Amino acid sequence: MKKTNNIILETALKALLFFIVLYSVYIFTAGHYYPGGGFIGGLMTSGAIVLLLITYDIKTVQRILPINYRIITAIGLLFAIGTSAGSLFFNVPFLTHAFTHVELPVLGDLSLHTATLFDLGVYFVVVGVTMTIIQTIGEDE
Amino acid sequence: MTNLIILPIFIPLLTGAILICLHKKIAVQRIVAVISSLGTLIVSSIIIHKVHQDGIQSLNISSWDAPFGITLVSDMLSAMLVCTTSIMALACLLYSFKSIGNERENYYYYPVFSFLLVGVNGAFMTGDIFNLFVFFEVMLMSSYVLLVLGGTKIQLRESIKYLLVNVISSALFVIAVALLYSVAGTLNMAHISERISAISGYGMPGIVSVIAVMFLIVFGLKGAIFPLFFWMPGSYYAPPAPVLALFGALLTKVGVYSITRTFTLFFYHDGFVFQLLSILAILSIIVGVIGAIAYWDVKKIIIYNIIVAVGAILYGVSVMNPASIKGAVYYLIHDMIIKAALFLLVGNIIAITGSANLKKFSGLISRYPGLGWTFFIAALALAGIPPLSGFVGKLLIIQGGFEGNSFFGAAIVLMSSLLVLFSVMKIFINGFWGKNLTFEGEEKAPVKWLLISPIILVAISALYGLYSEAILPYIGQASDTLLDPQIYIDAVLKE
Repeated sequence: MKKTNNIILETALKALLFFIVLYSVYIFTAGHYYPGGGFIGGLMTSGAIVLLLITYDIKTVQRILPINYRIITAIGLLFAIGTSAGSLFFNVPFLTHAFTHVELPVLGDLSLHTATLFDLGVYFVVVGVTMTIIQTIGEDE
Repeated sequence: MTNLIILPIFIPLLTGAILICLHKKIAVQRIVAVISSLGTLIVSSIIIHKVHQDGIQSLNISSWDAPFGITLVSDMLSAMLVCTTSIMALACLLYSFKSIGNERENYYYYPVFSFLLVGVNGAFMTGDIFNLFVFFEVMLMSSYVLLVLGGTKIQLRESIKYLLVNVISSALFVIAVALLYSVAGTLNMAHISERISAISGYGMPGIVSVIAVMFLIVFGLKGAIFPLFFWMPGSYYAPPAPVLALFGALLTKVGVYSITRTFTLFFYHDGFVFQLLSILAILSIIVGVIGAIAYWDVKKIIIYNIIVAVGAILYGVSVMNPASIKGAVYYLIHDMIIKAALFLLVGNIIAITGSANLKKFSGLISRYPGLGWTFFIAALALAGIPPLSGFVGKLLIIQGGFEGNSFFGAAIVLMSSLLVLFSVMKIFINGFWGKNLTFEGEEKAPVKWLLISPIILVAISALYGLYSEAILPYIGQASDTLLDPQIYIDAVLKE
C-alpha cells in the first residue's frame, strides 16, 4: 500500500476517538431517561471504529482491536436472551424486567435495571453487525 | 409453567445464538441443532395437550396487561402449526446432514436455520399485529440467507427477485398496519377485533374493507395466491432440496395462516373481502394446476402444487362455515407435511440422476424401490386418496363448499385433485417406470440416509390420515376459535 503522510488525520483521531467513544457510552447509559439507548450508542461506537479504519488500514485496526465481530454479535444476542431468560427461572412472564435502587458513595441514588443488560445486548449486536458488514465489504477483493 | 408458550420461540433463538459461536465445528452444530429441534417438538406437543385441556393459552410478555403489551397467544391452530413446524424442521435437518455440503454448513447454515424457525414459530404464536410483522421479517431475512447461501449463479439471480418482492410486500405490510392503527388505535389483535366490530355496528366502513384488501395483498404476496405468485416458481427453484422443503412447507403457509387469522379475527363482518378471497383462491387453484401439468421438471411440478394447495386452503377459509374451516385447517397441516416430503423426495431423485428434467431419466424403481414406493404413497396422499391424509381435508372443504352453496368452487377443488394426481403420477410413470438408465455419480448419492426423513414424513402423513377420527377433535377446537372470534378475544383480554 502506498504510504501517505496523513499526520493531521492521525493526530486529530487521537483526540477525537476518545470523545466519540465517551459520547457513545454516555448516549448508551442515558437511554432510559433521555434520547439514546443501545442502538444509537452501538452505531456511534462503530462510527469510531470506522474512523480508525479510514485513518489506518484493516490489518492495523485488527491488531489494535483483535475482536471477532461475529462473536460480538452472538454475545450481544446471548445478553438479550439471557436477560429475558431470567424470567424463566423466576417463573414470571417472559421479558419481565426487575430493578432496584442502589445508594452508591459517589454516584448517589442509582436505579439499576435489567433493561440495561438487554440494551447492552442491543449495543453489542449493533456494533458486531455494523463492523461485520463494513469489514467484509472492505476486505473484499 | 407461565412461560411454556414462549419456549418454541426461545429454544431456536438460543440455539441460533450459540451456533454462531460454534460455526466451524460442524459435528457439534449438528448435535445442538437436533437437540434443540427435538426440544421444540416436545414443548410444542405439550402445548397442544395443554391447549386441548385448558383452552387458549396466552402470555403477556413483560407482565404488561393485554392490549398494552405484546401478547403471545397459542390457540389450537397455532399450537398445531408450531408442532408441525418442529416436525418439518427436524426432518429437513436430518436431510441436510448428508446433502447440504460442508461449505454451506461452515457458513452459518444451522444458525440461520434456527432463526428461520424463530420467525415461523413467532409468526404463528403472536397476538400482536406489529409483532407479526417483526416475526415475518425474522423469517424472511433468514430465508434470504438460506436462499443465497452457496452463491451459485441461479441462487444469486433468484435471491434478487425474492428480496425485491418481499421488501415491497413488507413495506406494504407496514403501511397496512399503519392504516389499521389509525382506524383502530391499537395493535393487539384481539383488541383490534373488538374495535372493528364496534365501528362496524352500522355496516362495514369502507376504510376497513380497504385495509382488509391491503392485508390480502401483503399476505397473498407471502403466501403466493393467484396474481401475486409470480415470484415463487423461480425463487423456489434455486435453493438446495432441504431449504426448498423448508420454504415450500413453511413460508407460504405462514402467509396462509396470516390471511386466515386476520380474516377470521378482524374482517369477518365483511362479505366483500371473503368473496374476493374466494375468487382469488379458485383462480390460484386453476393457475396452479395449469403450471403443475405443463412442466416436465420435477421441482417445478411440485412448486406449482404449492399454489394449488394454497388456493384450496384459502377457498375453505373464504367459505367460512364449520365444515370448510375444519377442512382448511386439516388440509393446511396435511399440506405442510406432504409438501416437505415431496420436496425431499424430489431432492433425492435429483441427487441420484443429477437432473430435474423428467425426460432425462426413467426406470428408477428397479434400483430404488424404497424411493419409488415412498414417492408413490406421497403422491397419492397429495391428491387425496381415501386412507391417506389429503382426503379428509379436501372432503371437508368440498362439503363446506356445497353447504355454502358455492358449487362452482367446490367443483374446481374436486377437479383440481384429478390434475394434481396427474401431475405427480407423471413424475412416477416417467421417472420410475420405463427403461432402466444409469447415471453419472449415482453411487455417491447417500440415498439411504436421504430417504429417512421423507419416509418419516410420509408415515406421519399416513397416520394423520388413518387416525383422522382421533385428530378431528383437535381440528374442531382450532376451527371453533376461527369461527367465533369471541373465544380468542376473551382468552386474550380476560374479561
